[in-house]
Amino acid sequence: MAQIFKPSANHITTAALYGVVLGVPTVWLAIAALSRSPANTKVNVPINQPVPFSHQHHAWELGIDCRYCHANVEKSSYAGVPSTETCMSCHSQIWKNSPLLEPVRQSYETGTPLKWNLVNQLPHFVHFNHSIHVARGINCNTCHGPVQHMHITYKGNPFQMKWCLECHRAPDRHIYKDESRPDLEPRQQVFNLYWKYQKDGLKGLNLRERSLMVGTFDGTNDGKERAKGKELVKYYGIKVQQLADCSVCHY
Amino acid sequence: MNRNVIFFAVASVLLAGCHTDMWRQNKSAPLSQNDFFPDGQASRPLLAGTIAKGHERKDDAFFTGAKGGKWVNELPVPLSKKLLLRGQERYNIFCSPCHGQVGDGNGMIANRGFTLKRPVGNYHTDRLRNMPVGHFYDVITNGYGTMYSYASRIEPSDRWAIVAYVKALQLSQNAPLADADPVALEESLKPKEDKAHAEGAKH
Repeated sequence: MAQIFKPSANHITTAALYGVVLGVPTVWLAIAALSRSPANTKVNVPINQPVPFSHQHHAWELGIDCRYCHANVEKSSYAGVPSTETCMSCHSQIWKNSPLLEPVRQSYETGTPLKWNLVNQLPHFVHFNHSIHVARGINCNTCHGPVQHMHITYKGNPFQMKWCLECHRAPDRHIYKDESRPDLEPRQQVFNLYWKYQKDGLKGLNLRERSLMVGTFDGTNDGKERAKGKELVKYYGIKVQQLADCSVCHY
Repeated sequence: MNRNVIFFAVASVLLAGCHTDMWRQNKSAPLSQNDFFPDGQASRPLLAGTIAKGHERKDDAFFTGAKGGKWVNELPVPLSKKLLLRGQERYNIFCSPCHGQVGDGNGMIANRGFTLKRPVGNYHTDRLRNMPVGHFYDVITNGYGTMYSYASRIEPSDRWAIVAYVKALQLSQNAPLADADPVALEESLKPKEDKAHAEGAKH
């Protein structure tokens, strides 16, 4: 009876064994890396819009408060994209012949809203509420990145569940209060930071505020800061043991 | 044949999770699109005369700033420090871009061309100092000249807070020296040391 396996089969077997040992984790890690990369999460990828609106220009250079346009962010689950009327309250006078603003004027004349492309989109089975996060002093940039320095708006964070849970499991790492302004409610602290940044520049901010403003804040591991965070969590009555329950966001 | 059956069986099990109907549900959220309506909006405008339960606007002075065809000259809400602070916050958000933080009509937007047609309102004129508070409320609600209505963004109670703050601004820019707090006055007359530092910090 002839040999079933030729001597070369030895090499094939070795290659196959190595292939399984190395190949499976490689493919696995590649998929994991790809799902976390901007190719999938769209973090740092500017999204084209019908009008090339610049937050850098409006919020930083002109110093317009976030709430001028996102007027509902303090009291509603939706921050709200401004209506055309809000754009036109300045642009009926300023840059009124600019071809870039033609879609805005058309929208205002015809009463058809502009179709902005969503930058941050959650799956429909996730319920997010802006107002409660603002009411606990979570700065906009914590989630949205350095919006005041974005020309064309992009996503600042992946918005994957793992990322949400980083804060929901340990809010004391993220919650913050500006101790130089004890008179302000947490809700006001959120926006006061931008006024402070306008007035004093980065030099006028402490390390944490600075990292918030440039969009690199990722939670603190400093013991003292966390102790302060724990106090705030207690003071605000945040129920940490329930904060990471499924039903907090999926209901 | 047998091999094909196994392939489809395995594929159907593996791909069973690949559907997105929970991710993109067939429901409407605020600001979402619905092509059924000509303007493409899923949220529908309120019909004229709609009143939400418990929100009937009976109080003319509070909701229109006028009573019996005349602007009211007294705030229809109790004046407090809390009201003024709320007014200051709302004023700095919505009004200061044009009217400036002291109300002199010299805000950033005014400086950038809003004045082409006519200057932005300056509160520190005799005409506006003598104007009844109802007028300011009416301007926020319905707009004035080239200024648009802010009714959709500022609720009535906040409009009154802003009106109160505008009145405070008027006082602040037109107060006799005798009204000043002597200690604060002394402070403000001292030469400022940290001015150079403050300018250095701004980049």
